[in-house]
Amino acid sequence: MTTETQTYELGNHPDLEPPSNTTGIMGWLRKNLFSSYVNSVLSLFVFYLLYLYIPPLIQWLFIDAVWTGGSREVCEVEGAGACWAFIDSRFTQFMYGFYPKDLLWRPNSAGLLLIALMIPLFIKSFNYKWMLGGFILVIYPIIAYFLIHGGSFGLEVVETNKWGGLMLTLVLSGVGIVASLPIGVVLALGRRSEMPIVKSVSVVYIEFWRGVPLITVLFMSSVMLPLFFAEGTDFDKLLRAMIGIIMFQSAYMAEVVRGGLQAIPKGQYEAAQALGLSYWKSMGLIILPQALKLVIPGIVNTFIALFKDTTLVLIIGLFDLLAIIQQANSDSAWLGFDTEGYVFAASVFWVFCFSMSRYSIALEAKLHTGHKR
Amino acid sequence: MSDHDSDLKPSKPAIWNDPKYRALFFQIILVIGLGYFIVSIVDNTLSNMESRGISTGFAFLNEPSGFGILQSLIEFDESHTYGRTFFVGLLNTLLISGLGIFFATFLGFIMGVARLSNNWIVAKVATVYIEIFRNIPLLLQIFFWYFAVLASLPGVRQSMSLGAGIEFNNRGLYVPSPVPEDGFSIVFWLFVIGIIATVFLARWANKRQELTGQQFPVFFSSLGLIFGLPLVVFLMMGSPLSWDYPALKGFNFQGGVSIIPELLALLLALTIYTGTFIAETVRAGINAVSHGQTEAAMALGLTRGKTMRLIIIPQAMRVIIPPLTSQYLNLAKNSSLATAIGYPDIVAVFMGTTLNQTGQAVEITMMTMGVYLTISLTISMFMNWFNKRMALVER
Amino acid sequence: MKKLTSTLLLTSILAVAANTASADTLSSVKSKGFVQCGVSTGLPGFSNADASGNWKGLDVDVCRAVAAAALGDAGKVKYTPLTAKERFTALQSGEIDMLSRNTTWTLTRDGSLGLNFAGVNYYDGQGFMVTKGLGVKSALELDGAAVCIQAGTTTELNLADYFRENGMKYKSVTYDTSDATIKGFEAGRCDMLSSDQSQLYALRIKLKNPGAAIVLPEVISKEPLGPVVRQGDDKWFNIVKWSLMAMVNAEELGVTSKNASSMKSTKNPSIGRLMGGQGEKLGLGDGWAYNIVSQVGNYGESFERNVGMSSPLKISRGLNALWSKGGLQYAPPIR
Repeated sequence: MTTETQTYELGNHPDLEPPSNTTGIMGWLRKNLFSSYVNSVLSLFVFYLLYLYIPPLIQWLFIDAVWTGGSREVCEVEGAGACWAFIDSRFTQFMYGFYPKDLLWRPNSAGLLLIALMIPLFIKSFNYKWMLGGFILVIYPIIAYFLIHGGSFGLEVVETNKWGGLMLTLVLSGVGIVASLPIGVVLALGRRSEMPIVKSVSVVYIEFWRGVPLITVLFMSSVMLPLFFAEGTDFDKLLRAMIGIIMFQSAYMAEVVRGGLQAIPKGQYEAAQALGLSYWKSMGLIILPQALKLVIPGIVNTFIALFKDTTLVLIIGLFDLLAIIQQANSDSAWLGFDTEGYVFAASVFWVFCFSMSRYSIALEAKLHTGHKR
Repeated sequence: MSDHDSDLKPSKPAIWNDPKYRALFFQIILVIGLGYFIVSIVDNTLSNMESRGISTGFAFLNEPSGFGILQSLIEFDESHTYGRTFFVGLLNTLLISGLGIFFATFLGFIMGVARLSNNWIVAKVATVYIEIFRNIPLLLQIFFWYFAVLASLPGVRQSMSLGAGIEFNNRGLYVPSPVPEDGFSIVFWLFVIGIIATVFLARWANKRQELTGQQFPVFFSSLGLIFGLPLVVFLMMGSPLSWDYPALKGFNFQGGVSIIPELLALLLALTIYTGTFIAETVRAGINAVSHGQTEAAMALGLTRGKTMRLIIIPQAMRVIIPPLTSQYLNLAKNSSLATAIGYPDIVAVFMGTTLNQTGQAVEITMMTMGVYLTISLTISMFMNWFNKRMALVER
Repeated sequence: MKKLTSTLLLTSILAVAANTASADTLSSVKSKGFVQCGVSTGLPGFSNADASGNWKGLDVDVCRAVAAAALGDAGKVKYTPLTAKERFTALQSGEIDMLSRNTTWTLTRDGSLGLNFAGVNYYDGQGFMVTKGLGVKSALELDGAAVCIQAGTTTELNLADYFRENGMKYKSVTYDTSDATIKGFEAGRCDMLSSDQSQLYALRIKLKNPGAAIVLPEVISKEPLGPVVRQGDDKWFNIVKWSLMAMVNAEELGVTSKNASSMKSTKNPSIGRLMGGQGEKLGLGDGWAYNIVSQVGNYGESFERNVGMSSPLKISRGLNALWSKGGLQYAPPIR
């Protein structure tokens, strides 16, 4: 290369190449991993840890794993990794509990129906999202109940004590969230009410349920509830657990909704009043539609929390996904594969929770239009 | 119902349309309904208990319990009363909650900052940690740490020695415990005096800095006061402290302090699970501080560490504290999952064994719920107070 | 308005609740069409759900006998799995109609918990299980040991008494369920597992290698296990009591599920009373005992099938043999 002196017009320099150590792989490494001594040491240390633990983990999880087989023996060979045959042999039970095998099409079709109903909600140009949402929240649970429980339309009744596994987890959390939403809205309005008694009742209710652990609530609702009612009153065990969950959840829901109500500028309330709308009209037509839109991400987050919390029903003897895996872990035919059971349960929960949380984040970004201050 | 009555109103509305009377009416209905509901529940419960011959009242608290408890912070054996089992359980709950809050905060802050680190791999590892453990139910994690990990730990006879007399096996972690000898109390009191002196020193240094702008090395001088002076005296007196080392005697290790595996598993699960939420809270808090603050700090020539410590964190704290409070509350409530692995917290001991031996479900459940409500209220109040103090730092 | 609807809802719930009040257990069982029976969360031989969710066991057979007597169909039972901690509260509150969950009969439970024990379907005693590798031959060598036990049982109390009496120390690791207890034991959390001997045998088959554990010879307590009902409903109490008695009497008289129908026409007056009549004295139909024996079997059959030599547990009759064969099972006559 020859270096020649060039003259440029003022203000019209051609772009110089960036320094070579700031571009390409080297540049990236330098910037993101080795920007200082401390960072370099840190990076190398983390890489070393990953090198130490990740390959054996993958080896155990996938490469050496035993995928199919009818009994424990297939997994008890030298050098075998994870025993997924254990999960494989009990998969139906993990999904549906003790639900009769020849009737599995019923929960399956309920699930498919829900998915089919949900799809339009993700289509941008679909205009009836509110109506469809209402349908899913109000009508769909009834359909699902008749499908899964049966009892009419010529469907055989399947008692709730046969329900279990992932299906029960979904039913519990789904019912919990759908039923606690209206109660939560009422409580949130109550908490912001100017009527002192209404307000204090709401505050006491919310703070009480938020202050006690779910496990004590479940214990109370599962074994003590009949004590509170006149003799002979009988609830189904699952229903009792649901009542406990709904009571508990509605308090959390109320706080989420209250957050939304607070985010609506005062002008909206005043404008509604200026139009002469009654309290219920102004709430129903002006405030709540805006507030609920704001809190959809919050509701999804509560749903995630509830979804994880439903595992606690195992302590009161309902067989949700975790409980049924825990039970299978102590089956003498498949002893010693606890880790596989837990890993499977964890990955199922993880897939659900993680995708919901991504959805919630995406929604938040999308909905953060009007009232961001 | 916040209609503003104004003098300009043309005519008074009919009484059933007047918001004031309406409000009154609804509230009366609410009180009557609620009152009826509560009265009938209480009445039903009492009559049910009466007709089924269940004993009532709190007399059972004075009866001897007759069972042993795995871990107790106060003296306890079979001859102590049911009332004492309440306190044993309560203290165990407080212990796990306190430890959990401490470690979860520690882990959460590190991970929250790490996720924002400019070191790519560190940020990614923190992200993966948060996204994995946040989305797995806590109970499952507790089971995993207890049942899956416990089974793979070495037995008592094959105990792992971690050095310095610390032993680790499937019966727990055994740590040597210090046994003070004559004269150690002097060292202890010096330590206490050191702490008090440090508090005054810090105040004085603050004042001086405000007045004159001169800084005083509070950190190092307090180190010297709290640890250095007692240490020097301790060594001068010929180390009046011996250690009680755990040793295998009979079936188990005796001596030292033993930390039971139930506590370890629960603590690990609570820390890792709550740590993710705290990390997210911290990240949100730091992100809420405008970037201009960082740039201004950089422009002043502060190092990254100092920028974080002196500029960003204090401002972020105001955003962090309210959600942090609810994480602490959740942790305290989640500690009740102890019962699933046999850690003797209040739910396992009092609402479990004691309830079963006495059969007085209503009283015991009420007391247990009362404890959690009190813990919740106390944490809320403390954090509100702390929040106010932090808020004062603002202009 | 906001609270009005909810108030109305609450009052209507209460009204519904009040309507169904003051029904005795038998009529409510008849109107429901099933017996709600509290059982364990899984104890092989006594009450255990198999892979398809069907409950089987000695305790389950008592529930089935009561359903056969009260409803004529042993299948009309709904099972509520309960941990030891929950069982009494569930019974007291009325969540279940009867509890048949290897529950020990004690004075406190009879006297202040508001329960009535309807009889004894298994005479048991508390024992210890240790791993063979520990090299222990007697419970008296166990000073300083860690013990896995189940919460809310008499085991906890007996254990404390025994160790105190013998001047020994112990650490109790208390779990909620028997599954957790055996897992803790298998993981090496404890040196021994203490429970009723029958449970030790039942739990041992849940070990990966059952041969590695032995049950020590000491029996440190009396544990009469039996079905329990609430106090204050004598009619139901009698039904549960006599359902159990009918099973024992049937064994004594040689009536089995196989020969029950042919025994109906026998000349033996005792068998005749068992197979027909006497029902209205309990408020039941005439064939109540016949239903029990033909659908569930007699006590001996139930024992053999669930815990005896033809089961994985292989427990000998021992104390649970009929009184005429040197055991303690002795039922008052049906007449």
